[in-house]
Amino acid sequence: MNRREKEKRKEKSEKEEKKSSRFESWLDGDRDIYDGNMELRPQKEYEPSPYLLRRQENERKKMEERVNDVARNKEYRVFKRAYRVLAVVFCLSFIALLVLAVSWLPPVGQAGNPDNNEVSARYIEEGLQETGSVNIVTGMILTYRAFDTFGETNVLFIATCCVMVMLMLDEAVLKKQETDNDRKYEPKNDAILQGMAFILCPVIFIFGIYVILGGHLGPGGGFSGGAVIGAGLILYVIAFGFKKTQRFFNEAVYKTAKITSLVMYGLIGSYFYITGANGIENHIPLGLPGHILSGGIILPINICVGIEVACTMYAFYALFRRGGL
Amino acid sequence: MAFLQAILLGFLVVCAISVSFSRNLLNSIIIYMSFSLVMAMIWICLESPDLAITEAAVGAGVTTILFFVTLKKIHAIGQEDGKDKH
Repeated sequence: MNRREKEKRKEKSEKEEKKSSRFESWLDGDRDIYDGNMELRPQKEYEPSPYLLRRQENERKKMEERVNDVARNKEYRVFKRAYRVLAVVFCLSFIALLVLAVSWLPPVGQAGNPDNNEVSARYIEEGLQETGSVNIVTGMILTYRAFDTFGETNVLFIATCCVMVMLMLDEAVLKKQETDNDRKYEPKNDAILQGMAFILCPVIFIFGIYVILGGHLGPGGGFSGGAVIGAGLILYVIAFGFKKTQRFFNEAVYKTAKITSLVMYGLIGSYFYITGANGIENHIPLGLPGHILSGGIILPINICVGIEVACTMYAFYALFRRGGL
Repeated sequence: MAFLQAILLGFLVVCAISVSFSRNLLNSIIIYMSFSLVMAMIWICLESPDLAITEAAVGAGVTTILFFVTLKKIHAIGQEDGKDKH
C-alpha cells in the first residue's frame, strides 16, 4: 500500500512536469481554473439574526398547528373524501379501458393475425442458415435487430452514468467513512451468509458464464447471463464486504471492462451493419450450427453485452449502497 | 400442466393485490419478489426459458435488493444493530 502510494505520488509529479498532461489534470478536476487567475475573497458564513430565527420558529409553529388540526380542517376532510372516490373511479375506468382494448385484440393462434407475416416466417425458416444460431431468439435480436440491441446497451450505459453522477461520493468522503466505521454497510461477518455465499457464488458465476457462452445454442444470452453474474457479485459483496470485492473488481476494472465491451460491441456491430447495408460479403465465419464456436458475431456480442450488464447491476448496487465502486 | 398454470396465475393475482394492501414496506417488497419468482415459473410454462432466467435474476434478485437498499437509505427499515422501528 505504502509503496503504491509512493509510486502514485511519483507519477503525479512526473505528470505535472509534462505540459501535455495539463488538459488531463483539467479534465480530472485536479486544478481549479480560477486559482491564480482571479481574486477570490473568502466567503463569510451566513448568520441569521436572532430576531429572524424567532420569527421563523413562530411561523413554523403556527403552520404546524394549522396543518395538524385535522378535526377542524374542512378542506382536508373534503380532499380526503374526494380522493377516495376519485381513486376508485379512476381505477375502475382504467380497468374498463384495458378490458376494452383487450377485447379488440384478435384471438390467439389464427392464421390471419397481423403478427403472422413474412418477417416472422423469414426468421423461422431461414434464421438458422443466415445467422448460424440454433436459438432463434438470440439469432434474431443480435443479427437482424442488432441495431436495436446496441441502443439498449447504450441505454444501460447512460443509466449507470446518470446514477454515478447523482450518487457517487468523493474519494476523500469515502475514505473517511471507511476509517470511521469499516463495513458499516454490510452485516458484520455473518457466518450463515458467508457460508452460503462461499458455496453459492462460484455456482452462480459459472452458471452466468454458461448462459452467456451458450446464448446461441440454448436459452440465455448476454443480458440474462450478465444479470446472473451481477446478482452473484452483489451476493459476494453482501457476504464479504466491499474491501474484499475491491481486490478483483474496483473502479479501474469497472471502467475498463465497461468501456471496452461497449466499444467492442460498437466495432463488431458497425462492421456488420456496414457490410450488410452495402451488400458486401462479411468475413465472419458462421461455423457449424450447434457448435460453441458458431453463429458469427453472436458469441462475441453476447460476451460484450454480458460484461456490460454485469457491471451495470453491480454498479447500481454499489452506488446505491455506498456511493462508490 | 394447465392446472398448475391456473394455480400460479391465481397466486400472481393474490400477490399483486396484497402488495398494494400491505402496510409494511418490507413485506410488500418480499411479496413483490415472490411475484417475480412465480412469474419466472410461468415464463417456463409458456416455453420461454430466456425470459425466465432474466426475470429470476433481475426481477427477483437485483430489483428487490435495490428496493431494500433504498429503504435502508431513507431509514424506512431497521438498521443492522437490531433496532427495528416497526
